[in-house]
Amino acid sequence: MIDIVLLTLLVVIAIAIIRMKDLFAAVMLAGIYGLLSASFFVAMDAVDVAFTEAAVGAGISTLLMLVVITMTGSKEKPTRHKPFSALFVVIITGGLLIYGTLDMPYFGSADAPIHNHTSPRYIKDSMQEIGIPNIVTSVLASYRAFDTFGEVVVIFTAGIGVLTLLSVARSKENDDKIEAINDSMHQQHLVIRIISKMLIPFIFLFALYVQFHGDFGPGGGFQAGVIFASAIILYTMLFGLSTARKVINQTFVQIIAALGVLLYGSVGIVSLMNGGNFLDYNVLSSNPITGQHLGILLIEWGVGCTVASVMVVIFFNFAGRRAFQQHKKKLQDKESSAC
Amino acid sequence: MLIGLFNDWIVVVLMMIGLYIVIAHGNLIKKLIGLTIFQTSVFIFYISMANVDGGTAPILADGINQYSNPLPHVLILTAIVVGIATTALGLSLVVRIKESYNSIEEEEIQQQDNDEQLSMNKAEENP
Repeated sequence: MIDIVLLTLLVVIAIAIIRMKDLFAAVMLAGIYGLLSASFFVAMDAVDVAFTEAAVGAGISTLLMLVVITMTGSKEKPTRHKPFSALFVVIITGGLLIYGTLDMPYFGSADAPIHNHTSPRYIKDSMQEIGIPNIVTSVLASYRAFDTFGEVVVIFTAGIGVLTLLSVARSKENDDKIEAINDSMHQQHLVIRIISKMLIPFIFLFALYVQFHGDFGPGGGFQAGVIFASAIILYTMLFGLSTARKVINQTFVQIIAALGVLLYGSVGIVSLMNGGNFLDYNVLSSNPITGQHLGILLIEWGVGCTVASVMVVIFFNFAGRRAFQQHKKKLQDKESSAC
Repeated sequence: MLIGLFNDWIVVVLMMIGLYIVIAHGNLIKKLIGLTIFQTSVFIFYISMANVDGGTAPILADGINQYSNPLPHVLILTAIVVGIATTALGLSLVVRIKESYNSIEEEEIQQQDNDEQLSMNKAEENP
């Protein structure tokens, strides 16, 4: 029952997003949308997915969009042309898709085709073959490890893309000036700063728990990486980018991102060397189950490192671009006033 | 038993709302939000399919016989993180577009491109 309520709320919010002209409100609604869909995933027993969606959809993605609208302005201009053609396309496509759903198996039916291939084996045999209770982690990190490797590489590539588009060459002089702005700002947020300072170690600890407990409960490298990054992002937001860059060297973070992918790939190469297939962990140790445990631990660690560092790099570059734009604007203002 | 397809219909509605935002709105950030809605509707589709009546979260424990299907969970879990990475890439493109065009409205950007093309054509005609 609760899933029907949640789904209806999702539609209401999506319609509200269409009508919202203020981008700030639209972004906040998108955050609520993410949180609601995470709740829906919990209701659907997809705890790992809900975990990720709560951290990503409601957390990081809202944050990134907020940073961007501070740079681009938060008002949407009304479009001049009438949206009838778009409405027409959407209604036709939607009607066809609804027609298509009539052949779908009913929600929750156990004899749907999706439940009768591949997955029964995961559910029945994964305890003997992999030896960890969380089936999602078994499938993610062992049965479909090659697939996950591809995804980690995609995340890494996206990080490189953001770096290419937004990175700014920094000079020492710029940093000092930015710092001066930050200090004045922070005296206004004393309570938040002190509370967050106390919270951040616990967020790190929680991230590590999620990382290493992923075999037994919901969690794993993807979720842990995002939570780890969110602690660093929280610090950056409250203490300013230049302070955060002094604490966490960006070049170091970039190297960690690459090392995570390298670690993942190396596990595959080592299992090749030991006579198995690529990412076949059985050969990593004399006991296949121990080999599986070791392999999953290592590749989850690689995933966690890459995801966390890519998220940090992405946020640093967005925030850095913003500081750079403000700095440039200030210089221009100075020049124009001098004239 | 029409309620059995309710989830699928909601997915279609959400997907179409996302598509509508992408087509009808000129603001690039709004378009990206629309794309996120579209993307989430696919996640909801997969996760709804994975659900089994009387099932529980796919974490093996004693005394439980019916689990939800773990495979769609795995696919969507990684898709969410890949989704945020690609959204970030899209947002960084928006930032660069704002820097070069000083606007993130599709119409204004196209207008500027057209003007530039016209002036270039004129310069070619009268060297």
